[in-house]
Amino acid sequence: MAIDTLPESSLPVTRPFRVKFGFLTSTPIIAVATICLVLIILMAIFAPLLAPHDPLLLTPAQRLKPASAQYLLGTDAYGRDLLSRIIYGARISLIIGIGAAVCSIAVGLLIGLVAGFFRWVDAVLMRVMDGLMAIPAILLAIAVVSLSGASIWTVMVAITIPEIPRVARLVRSVVLTAREEPYVEAAISLGSSLPKIMWRHLMPNTIAPLIVQGTYVCASAILTEAILSFLGAGISPETPTWGNIMAEGRAFFQIKPSLIFWPGLLLSIAILSINLIGDAARDALDPRMKQREGK
Amino acid sequence: MLGYLLRRILAAIPVMGVVALFVFLLLRLTPGDPAAILAGDNATPEQLDRIRTSLGLNEPIYIQFYTWVAKLLHGDLGVSLISNKPILEMIGPRLEPSISVALATIILSILVAVPLGVIAAWKHGTWIDRFVMGLSVLGFSVPVFVIGYVLIQVFAIDLRWVPVQGFKSISAGFGPFFERIILPTCTLSFIYVALIARMTRASMLDVLGEDYVRTARAKGIGEAGVLLRHALRNAAVPVITVIGSGFALLISGVVVTESVFNLPGIGRLTVDAVLARDYPVIQAMILLTSGIYVGVNLLIDVAYTLLDPRIRY
Amino acid sequence: MTTANPSNVVLDINNLVVGLGRKADAHRIIDDLSLQVHEGETLCLVGESGSGKSVTSLTVMGLQQKGTLVPSGGSVKLVGEELLTATDRRLRQLRATRMAMIFQEPMTALNPVVPVGRQIDEVLRAHTDLDSRARRQKILAMMEHVRLPDVERIFSSYPHRLSGGQRQRIMIAMALVLEPKLLIADEPTTALDVTTQKQILALIRDLQRDHGTAVLFITHDMGVVAEIADRVAVMRHGRLVEAGPLQDVLRNPKMDYTRNLLSSVPSLVPRAPRPETSEPVVLEANELSKVYRERSLYGKAREVAAASNVTLTLRKGRTLGIVGESGSGKSTVARCIVRLIDPTSGGVRLAGREISDLSRRLLQPHRQKIQIIFQDPYRSLNPRVTVGESIAEGPINYGMPRKDALVRARELLELVHLPPDAISRYPHQFSGGQRQRIAIARALALDPDVLVADEAVSALDVSVQAQVLDLLDEIQRRLGIALLFITHDLRVAAQICDDVAVMQRGRVVEQGPAAEVLTNPQQAYTRALLEAAPGRGWDFANFRPVSEGIVATA
Repeated sequence: MAIDTLPESSLPVTRPFRVKFGFLTSTPIIAVATICLVLIILMAIFAPLLAPHDPLLLTPAQRLKPASAQYLLGTDAYGRDLLSRIIYGARISLIIGIGAAVCSIAVGLLIGLVAGFFRWVDAVLMRVMDGLMAIPAILLAIAVVSLSGASIWTVMVAITIPEIPRVARLVRSVVLTAREEPYVEAAISLGSSLPKIMWRHLMPNTIAPLIVQGTYVCASAILTEAILSFLGAGISPETPTWGNIMAEGRAFFQIKPSLIFWPGLLLSIAILSINLIGDAARDALDPRMKQREGK
Repeated sequence: MLGYLLRRILAAIPVMGVVALFVFLLLRLTPGDPAAILAGDNATPEQLDRIRTSLGLNEPIYIQFYTWVAKLLHGDLGVSLISNKPILEMIGPRLEPSISVALATIILSILVAVPLGVIAAWKHGTWIDRFVMGLSVLGFSVPVFVIGYVLIQVFAIDLRWVPVQGFKSISAGFGPFFERIILPTCTLSFIYVALIARMTRASMLDVLGEDYVRTARAKGIGEAGVLLRHALRNAAVPVITVIGSGFALLISGVVVTESVFNLPGIGRLTVDAVLARDYPVIQAMILLTSGIYVGVNLLIDVAYTLLDPRIRY
Repeated sequence: MTTANPSNVVLDINNLVVGLGRKADAHRIIDDLSLQVHEGETLCLVGESGSGKSVTSLTVMGLQQKGTLVPSGGSVKLVGEELLTATDRRLRQLRATRMAMIFQEPMTALNPVVPVGRQIDEVLRAHTDLDSRARRQKILAMMEHVRLPDVERIFSSYPHRLSGGQRQRIMIAMALVLEPKLLIADEPTTALDVTTQKQILALIRDLQRDHGTAVLFITHDMGVVAEIADRVAVMRHGRLVEAGPLQDVLRNPKMDYTRNLLSSVPSLVPRAPRPETSEPVVLEANELSKVYRERSLYGKAREVAAASNVTLTLRKGRTLGIVGESGSGKSTVARCIVRLIDPTSGGVRLAGREISDLSRRLLQPHRQKIQIIFQDPYRSLNPRVTVGESIAEGPINYGMPRKDALVRARELLELVHLPPDAISRYPHQFSGGQRQRIAIARALALDPDVLVADEAVSALDVSVQAQVLDLLDEIQRRLGIALLFITHDLRVAAQICDDVAVMQRGRVVEQGPAAEVLTNPQQAYTRALLEAAPGRGWDFANFRPVSEGIVATA
């Protein structure tokens, strides 16, 4: 029955809606990941300044040129500068990644809160989420894109939809656990209204897991966008995206593998960095992990 | 036990219902004339008419849904808009490569990932743990097709150990069959190993903190016994759950891998359908793969009852 | 009673130091601890939470968290063999054969996916060469020895099929099957009901007598100490406070800490009854019932009555206790009354107004008249909200301006003896007892007529418990509030309640003034409950057995 008292100083300090970002430099690997990600973001923002050529400029005379002083990474099958296309490609990837993360969290949070607090819609909402989860993400995205045409927005919607169920389920489970907490019951008996209980006592519990989930969604969205482009079901081929560059490179893989390797490498580094940051965030923010470590 | 099984099966029905409804509504709710969307920009009025009749688009929407579902339940997945062949017939010959690669991937992944996860949890905080975790993050981060092309470059082009692409049926002999599925399997295993190893580690870490593990240690039994008999059996439920939910990931992976390795499987069928805007085929593939996903997870629900005696209603 | 005799020392701990981490200046969890346990003797290691008593036991077994808790000095000898420097292999050999351990939580200490017979079998397989038939026979014999019924069936049962008491018997069988010299029991009865506790304590005592085992018994409960100890060692902050034979320590504690600890133990003899009052009735429960329906796919719905026909009356300024074991429905009743759950039938009248059939919206204005405090002080305050905001939440809900509500929070903190500057701090900066005071202040902020305390002191150390009980008493006298006090602890009930209702399986089996029910029970169940209360022969606070007290006052 007795509950052991921990020394006061060892207890984690939790504040409402306040998240510390110190974990971004907690280990050398995370620090490198953070730097890589910052560099890629800067590259996307300042693409017009950094790219040596117009990424869309066709120079048929310069097809599939190897790396040279003029074309640092060579050219593609249409004589476009590979480096410039890769630099511009970062823009699409990041827009899709961040956009999908924000949208799926906004929608998922709403669905999760409603499902977690209202029994009567919970069953229906969760069946719908189960159904969405049963459809493989790529196929779902393919279907959406193939019907509504391939603009950056439809691709973003197509990628966001399959991510929603996971966010919703996460929020729902956090809410279901938290509403059993005595402090929530205390709030009920103090006569607090439902919106107040949700906002003050339930929502703050979802912040940390959602930040973590957001990074994972971002990484997986970037990956899915590349796969869609690669399969020919993504944004129109002349747009420079990492997936499109690689899709075009497939035909020339045996002649000029760098068309796949360079964008592939950058894509991998971007996703790896985001995933590593996500893991670090989880370790830093998830109290369950902390308990496990500090027991 | 039987009641539990029955309930799981009943619970799967609304899930498939949602999938069917989603697929059905997707075409109808997309802005614009569905027939025009499917036929593309250069369609003749005759083509549009043919699509309308073939999909029953002239009927009221609820009747469309009713006839469509009724056909589905009779095993009629519809007809391709391009080749005019029944989709079921198109799928049949495509199953072998896909199933071979998927099965081989599951087996290989479990054999590799579970021991990795167990060791990482056991040696928690050491370099082994960090190595396994690093490998797993890498597996999540590198796109399947990049891994595929790297493997092709190294093992098929540089070392010439295996053919670059293509598929040979197992009926043509195990050797050629094996040669051609080994690279796709390894490619696809990366992400699945990452997923399972990560979950095994996390689940083992949870379980290793449990009281009954302390009890087992207090009994003076060896560390291997503690890890396998006590910890792993209890850690298994989340692990097989993730094997099941990761199945959707696996199916997506199969689609990509088949494109990279030029395997004539259902993934290629889907990609070809996308490029040709053959929506009935895409629709059928979604239903089929979702059905497989639901079926696999049903099996996993049954496996729970074998692993955990407390789940038995 | 075995006398101390150096030749038969089984466990010999000398100047043990256990640090938190490997650094030389690490915080010492165990600091210079020395104690001996002799053959056939039970040494009770007593202490409040954080005293290091569990760490001591785990260190002996070599089961302490490696790398976190590091034994950095002294020695631990088991029958002359040093354990601190023993190899892992040697420690494994010694476990279960020379030293064995049973734990607090029988619900989690057994592997849920392995039949219990096989879990005992593992001990034999690891340490003996017996064939499977011989092992099975030995196990069944041992299971009978720990007085388990129907051993063949239990042998192949999974843990979740067994009751808490049965599981603890399995743990004991597992620990003693190879007749170890030393048995370490870490709070083995704390999670059990008193009636089961009594049986388990008797079992441990009998087995020890039969086998001459040395027992190191860890507990926080003085009652249990009085039942089972030959000698007592009191620990605090990792240090030994005092040690000696049971009678010496209980009658003539030498150290102030021990004296305080003993005087904090509430007496089972009810306090002098307060005069009956004719104050108005503030809370009435009429034939209150709560039925849970479990629906199954086919077959009929199963109904479980968590509470049936509970009738209670509580007057202003009085305290009504609901006592009972786990599963008796006492908390269900409390939660129905506060309307955290909806009763299935029956009525609740609050200050003369029927509230049980009001919708949540209509209930809103009445909520402020009845408030509840919960058991777990670590979970009853939102960790992200300051203490002041927590206390002010209720008054703000009922229309008080924020500024006034915070002023009120300050006053309330003073009322519960906390500094007013606590208002801007977060819950994690407070200890368990302080948090419970904050929870009380929060409940009082709405000026309720009735305060429901659901096991509100059960999670607290005995000295803190005494302070919180004093506080509740003081508040009641000052504010005239009525208290509905739910507890499993008869000692606590005896000291705070005017009236007591005893519950068993959802029903009130006996009800009346505390002084009568707890000294002259009419029902068999109440009698059994009282007889099972550990250490009921002792009046700890007065350092004497109850019988001597009666002689002295007669």
